[in-house]
Amino acid sequence: MAMAHVIRSEWTKIRSVASTVWTLSAALVVTVALGMLISALTRREFDSMSPRDRLTLDPTFISFAGMSLGQLAMIVFGVLVVSNEYSTGMIRTSLAAVPRRATFLFGKITVATALALVVGMATSFLAFFLGQAVLGPHGARLGDPGVLRAVVGGGLYMTLIAMFSMGIAAMLRSPMLSLGVLMPFFFLISNILGNVSATKKIGRFLPDQAGSRILQVVPGAADDTPYGPWGGLGIMVLWVAAALIGGYALLKQRDA
Amino acid sequence: MIELEGLTKRYDEKLAVNNLTFTVRPGVVTGFLGPNGAGKSTTMRMVLGLDHPTSGDVRIDGKRYDQIEDPLRYIGALLDAKAVHGGRSAFNHLLCLAQSNGIPAARVHEVLDTVGLTGVARKKAKGFSLGMGQRLGIAAALLGDPRILMFDEPVNGLDPEGIHWIRTLMKSLAAQGRTVFVSSHLMSEMALTADHLVVIGQGRLLADTSMADFIAKNSRSYVRVRSPQRERLLDVLHEAGITVVETGGGALEVDGGKAEPIGELAARHQIVLHELSLQQASLEEAFMRLTAQSVEYHAHSEAPGGTWAQPVPRGEWGADWKKGA
Repeated sequence: MAMAHVIRSEWTKIRSVASTVWTLSAALVVTVALGMLISALTRREFDSMSPRDRLTLDPTFISFAGMSLGQLAMIVFGVLVVSNEYSTGMIRTSLAAVPRRATFLFGKITVATALALVVGMATSFLAFFLGQAVLGPHGARLGDPGVLRAVVGGGLYMTLIAMFSMGIAAMLRSPMLSLGVLMPFFFLISNILGNVSATKKIGRFLPDQAGSRILQVVPGAADDTPYGPWGGLGIMVLWVAAALIGGYALLKQRDA
Repeated sequence: MIELEGLTKRYDEKLAVNNLTFTVRPGVVTGFLGPNGAGKSTTMRMVLGLDHPTSGDVRIDGKRYDQIEDPLRYIGALLDAKAVHGGRSAFNHLLCLAQSNGIPAARVHEVLDTVGLTGVARKKAKGFSLGMGQRLGIAAALLGDPRILMFDEPVNGLDPEGIHWIRTLMKSLAAQGRTVFVSSHLMSEMALTADHLVVIGQGRLLADTSMADFIAKNSRSYVRVRSPQRERLLDVLHEAGITVVETGGGALEVDGGKAEPIGELAARHQIVLHELSLQQASLEEAFMRLTAQSVEYHAHSEAPGGTWAQPVPRGEWGADWKKGA
């Protein structure tokens, strides 16, 4: 079976380069550590909060505060997994071994996605449990309504961010160019669009804004988001699908 | 067997490969010769389906490359020894390639042994020298024990020992009945390894011939004569109806002839000779003449092409066309 062979091969590739380990461990460590830090700060400030803020306090979402930074490591992982092939010239060796480009690309993406899912879930659950432990009496429990959804959603969100990056990297090929587009996009542009009232309505349909809706258990008081948690994740899935289809279309017609 | 049929590759306005049709046959080493930029690498990339032809077709035993199941078992190629992830060890590099084509991992150890890299199998490829990188590329080509092998400039940058090793390897692979297709820009290299020769220039086919035929056609012999009585010798030769070319350093060259009649002629006229020797024009020269014509052909398309096989006065290569064909 060609696909099974390619998946074994891609697994060997991904486990035999150092960047896999450091990007994924950075994603986990940064997300969890920053989440704990924000949780600790929240706990200290709780007593001085207004009653309104106390009511809308979302302990689950607070423990995911590190994801905004940790997702950048996921982006680097997704970008490097694909663009390593181009920056090293390995792509020509790889495509000579697996000339069917759909098999090659989707085999690679399957392996990288599976790995991102495992690390993403571990990150999300760890960030939740450690964050709640730090929050102490103000924390949420996994059994509370909507919490398990948010924690599983956190793992899915991290995975989808990595997949989106893979699609963009497949289109752009160069690691520097891909990171140069994705980093400012997720770290700056998306935040600016999402927080300026004039652009907010557009901003919330961006992949990270829509996808991160699933991380919230207690929506803000003035929440008028036109989609629910799964709807938001669905919007993100559409972005991911578009990026991957675009990446494949270009790979198929381009010379290696 | 690799069959190219009207293969053409155009980048914007430049034709990199122009309507190439030839066949690479099994059991011999076919040399693919052309100056740098002639389109050799582009052609080889199209054979492997890496680049899409603008028009025309390449078939490997009747199949398109991407129709071959587990292609590494069928055709092994070394196109670019640097096409390796430097952070991966030699072993893992070969292992991932083997797995993608269902080749057992034991074979990785075998090819590492064949190319002599067993000792550095766990070392990262970025620390490899040019020669080691080339050997790793050849190991990858041999991985699937393929019937067809394709090497792009395999001796480039290798030390003499490495060059000798590659020559021997290619000969032995062909002797096992495999198809070996190897490119070079050095005629001398091809003369040592190839049985058949395909020459291209500016993406066009210039010659598709056996090595023996190429040598017979192109290795012009001439007699070099040197004498202190140069003017007298010239007169004598002229009277005898022998065409002479004067070259630098006071030597005279007589095309195609034998040394004996010239020696006897000089003796009869009591001319002192300092040198009388039969010379063989190098294949490198013949090759340069051949490819120089391809430049001419493109520059002035009204000029007649295909004159390369005619004897050309000795001198700087391309001197013939500079004088105006």
